[in-house]
Amino acid sequence: MGLLEYALLAGLLYGLYFALVAAGLNLIFGVMRIINLAHGDFLMLGAYGAFYLYHLMGWSPLWAVPLTFAAFLALGLPLYYLLVPRLQRSGDPEMRSFILFFGLSQIIEALAVFAFGNDQRSIPARVFGNHPVHLLGQVYPLAWILSAVFGLLGIVALYAYLYGSPLGRATRAIMANPDEAAITGIAVQRISALTFGIGIALAALAGIFSPFMVGAIQPDLGVGITLISFAIVVIGSLGHPLGTLVGGLVYGISLMLMQTYLPSWSQMLPFVLLIAILLVRPGGLLGKGVRRA
Amino acid sequence: MLRRWLPSLAILAFTGLGFALAPLAYSNQFLLFNMMMYMALAQGLNIIYGYTGYLPFGYVGFFGAGAYGAAIIITFWHWPALLAVLGGGLVAVIFGLLLTPLFRLSGAYFSIANLAAAEALYYLVANPHMTTLTQGPYGINLPQAYAPDLAYATMLAILLFAVGAAAYLRRSRFGLALAAIREDAVSAGMAGIDVVRARAVAWLLSAFIAGLAGAAYGWYISVFYPDTVFALSITVFTIVFVLFGGQGTVLGPLIGTLLLYGAYNVIGISNPQYFQLAYGILIVVLVLFLPAGLASLLRRRRTAHER
Repeated sequence: MGLLEYALLAGLLYGLYFALVAAGLNLIFGVMRIINLAHGDFLMLGAYGAFYLYHLMGWSPLWAVPLTFAAFLALGLPLYYLLVPRLQRSGDPEMRSFILFFGLSQIIEALAVFAFGNDQRSIPARVFGNHPVHLLGQVYPLAWILSAVFGLLGIVALYAYLYGSPLGRATRAIMANPDEAAITGIAVQRISALTFGIGIALAALAGIFSPFMVGAIQPDLGVGITLISFAIVVIGSLGHPLGTLVGGLVYGISLMLMQTYLPSWSQMLPFVLLIAILLVRPGGLLGKGVRRA
Repeated sequence: MLRRWLPSLAILAFTGLGFALAPLAYSNQFLLFNMMMYMALAQGLNIIYGYTGYLPFGYVGFFGAGAYGAAIIITFWHWPALLAVLGGGLVAVIFGLLLTPLFRLSGAYFSIANLAAAEALYYLVANPHMTTLTQGPYGINLPQAYAPDLAYATMLAILLFAVGAAAYLRRSRFGLALAAIREDAVSAGMAGIDVVRARAVAWLLSAFIAGLAGAAYGWYISVFYPDTVFALSITVFTIVFVLFGGQGTVLGPLIGTLLLYGAYNVIGISNPQYFQLAYGILIVVLVLFLPAGLASLLRRRRTAHER
């Protein structure tokens, strides 16, 4: 009883949260075959949104959830039409999207420094009240539980959308084959734009809880988050709808085990995990086919 | 034969004379040194990205491996600095050899895995448990080897080596084999090219150049920390310079570095975030509108002329 149970349960909570962190990246790749390397920067922007709502208006981060989602969905649509259709007409969209969104990430980060300054910001965890939660004999901060709950809710909502609604079914058709989807009358561009917006909004949503789960808010938060998300998505296999949940749990639990037993090496974890899994199973844990160069 | 190699020789001579004479007219040696370093790195990245199509997002890993390799050789074995620079290059080659399995991955997977490898190496070097070997986060100090003029000359030699290698690869049979692999690996293999070997040679050459540059850089500044030589911004700058100038050419990376790093030093050092913004916008515009860089403008003009 003790350390191991604590680490495993905390890893479960972290895993559910990190599944949400990576979900948008996976969704956008699955539908558009482009890699949003600015993923972490949208998470950073969501975190700043929650921070200012709390500090200027005194609103709880929970109010930021619907607001952020709507705002970033609205931001994603024009951004899609600005960048993606032109990109997809080019020779090698996957590789070039990678460089393009890397440029976008640099722009967002620079603008964030102008707008918010380089100071580290945080939201005190006591905004949710000072009640630690007892779970199976262990004690966790309420903010962790809430982050995990919203992570799970986000993933469940995403699957309900993808598997239960007509729009979601069309989205999955594009995932399977965009050309055939277009032939059957699906508005590929419009649904891709919507998916792009949802993907970005999910990242921003995860950002609201990042002050409690990841650490201080600062403009250069994005790169690290993008890498971790990429690790999670690859662990679960890129483009696979269930992948992020598996990847998030593997990442969360191994992170907590490392922090408990080998703390100084835990920062290396996502990178080593990423390389190891790519080399052993280039298609990810849930992937079927093996990618060959 | 001579006609084929003449442009490359001219570029080589111009670069060499330029950087050999520049310190007489311009007193900021460190800036010139950095300019050469980025040109060498741009040429090294060009060899793997421009000629084979694999974009190494963790290119700085080789740079850092070279800097730390040379520093460890000087600290523990007390080799002369020139040999240590060579050793730093070899350390980067060994790191590159360890990463050859990454070629099983394609496109963006390769780039991300390479970035992850560079980050993992950074956390390994900076780990407090590694203090006895790498000084961990406390940094390297090499007062015994400090010799900026010699290090400057060494970096010039490394730059000329990198330019020469890029020029050779552009014109030679082996370079054509690389281009064939970039366009279509399967067909190239069927045409009798040893795809795996050719790619590995280009990869290790590219790693060697970055390792040499990192070793010479560490020697020149002689006090550095893991964040200094594993900074992601080094990869970013290099990629932007190569994309701007034009990948897959000899002159492109040099011109891209000259213009953009020059502009960075004129305007950027006091306000780095303006440059992050400008480079970001530049990347987006380049990918959308000018994917083959400045060099493609020249070539387009020439072909239009010939018609």
